[in-house]
Amino acid sequence: MRIVVGLVCIVTLCGCQREERQLRLDPPAAAALDKIALMPNKIGGAPPQIYFALDQPYETNAYDLSQGKRLYTWFGCAACHGDGQGGIGPSFLDGWWAYGPETVSIFASIRDGRPHGMPAFKGKMTTEQIWQLAGYVQTIGAYSARTAAPSRNDDKQTRPAENRAPAAILFDEGPTPVHPDQGPTP
Amino acid sequence: MKRRIGTARLGLPLLLLLGGCDNWQSALEARGASAISLKHLIILIVAVCSVIWMLVMIAMIHALWRRRTAWRAPLDLVPPRERRLGWIVSICTGLTAVIILGFTVASFFTTRDISVAGQDDLTIRIGGLQWWWSVEYLDPDPSAGFVSANEIHIPTGRNVRLLLQGDDVIHSFWVPSLAGKQDLIPGRTNEITIRAERPGAYRGQCAEFCGLQHAHMGFLVTADTPEDFARWARAQRAPAANSADDEEIAAGRDVFMRKPCAGCHSIRGTQATGTSGPDLTHLASRAFIAAGLLPTSRGALAAWVADPQTLKPGNNMPLVPLTPDELRAMSAYLASLK
Repeated sequence: MRIVVGLVCIVTLCGCQREERQLRLDPPAAAALDKIALMPNKIGGAPPQIYFALDQPYETNAYDLSQGKRLYTWFGCAACHGDGQGGIGPSFLDGWWAYGPETVSIFASIRDGRPHGMPAFKGKMTTEQIWQLAGYVQTIGAYSARTAAPSRNDDKQTRPAENRAPAAILFDEGPTPVHPDQGPTP
Repeated sequence: MKRRIGTARLGLPLLLLLGGCDNWQSALEARGASAISLKHLIILIVAVCSVIWMLVMIAMIHALWRRRTAWRAPLDLVPPRERRLGWIVSICTGLTAVIILGFTVASFFTTRDISVAGQDDLTIRIGGLQWWWSVEYLDPDPSAGFVSANEIHIPTGRNVRLLLQGDDVIHSFWVPSLAGKQDLIPGRTNEITIRAERPGAYRGQCAEFCGLQHAHMGFLVTADTPEDFARWARAQRAPAANSADDEEIAAGRDVFMRKPCAGCHSIRGTQATGTSGPDLTHLASRAFIAAGLLPTSRGALAAWVADPQTLKPGNNMPLVPLTPDELRAMSAYLASLK
């Protein structure tokens, strides 16, 4: 009995482990995070080494996702993309990623803009903010559930939550979402 | 030696208590109508309760010290004694009811006093954000309204109606010298009326835990004479100072517009029209920066821009990498925004 109580106490201690918030990103780290390697067609690519050295915080850290959610409002993303279901701009929820589902593509879309109306936010946001926003946007339309979630909405929920599970069944697969540049043209 | 340590141990807490005498943020230094009503209520309740506490203590000490008579079985009742005790308990219960009723009536009148508003009220919309205050002077003529942050100027001898809104989480508006607390709740508008009788600077503070930097969410209420207030409002309504002839300031403005700063901050009269951060049009005219964190000076502005996350960890201003020259120009520009 005493052993069981002791074990329970030790297991309880695990609760003391909390997610760490990276509040201050060193300027050299921010500069390195800006150096993504994109494919020549600007679709897909690889984030810099430091992204993995930091343990991909912008996809897995709840604080960064929450900051991304804040930036989604602050920089007026909703004006075109609505609550994630699209409007003038494309939807994030339909399972279609015009430029690929990787966070690095979303980062490039926000930083450099895309044809047909997506503006570039290079001079308006810092690199860290663009990563936070990209991570959040990826979460809205992610194919699989996440353990980390941004803070919840104060207003009415008009779409599935960011960390819903399982996300995959929400999507009607449809034709394979391949950009004309990346595959055989029909 | 030992005695000296003893004296120090006794003296230090007393010295620390002296810190409370700093009077620009104290409910006991009441300078506004509603704060004065609240102070009277506080003094009344504390005084009455102190007297009662002392009477209770005296009665208890008397009971402990008095000489006992011979032992008697508890159920062995003496009728005259029982009757006397019955009277004492009844009188004490009655007094308690009367005192609590008195407190209720006093509290009712105080609440009525602090919630008056007049006709010619000046109306200001206060927004609470993590972790600063947006201040918007409303005017029936929209072109005469203006926006500021973290510093509220009010004219003396006039009711000022504040519309309080929480823009992200719940905050609480508290200027102890002028009024009681009032919460700022997202999705609804609360109101409070403040009034200062004498010119002066009164410090306020967020009084509802709102996150990491709750402690650094201060603001300043400056009460001016009506003439000074009119002069101040005229200056605030004007667009930002334009010192185009100074090379360093012009370079600083260029950096501000080119870097992400302009995405969140507004400087009226320039292309910077962001609304997520504090309005910086007359930044250098305010006494403090970053919601009461540092007194305004060019050095403090440079330090803040260079590394906001070390000075106030977790706040929503990102570290924007600047070269030393850019930082120097930027601080010159910000300090010129009088």
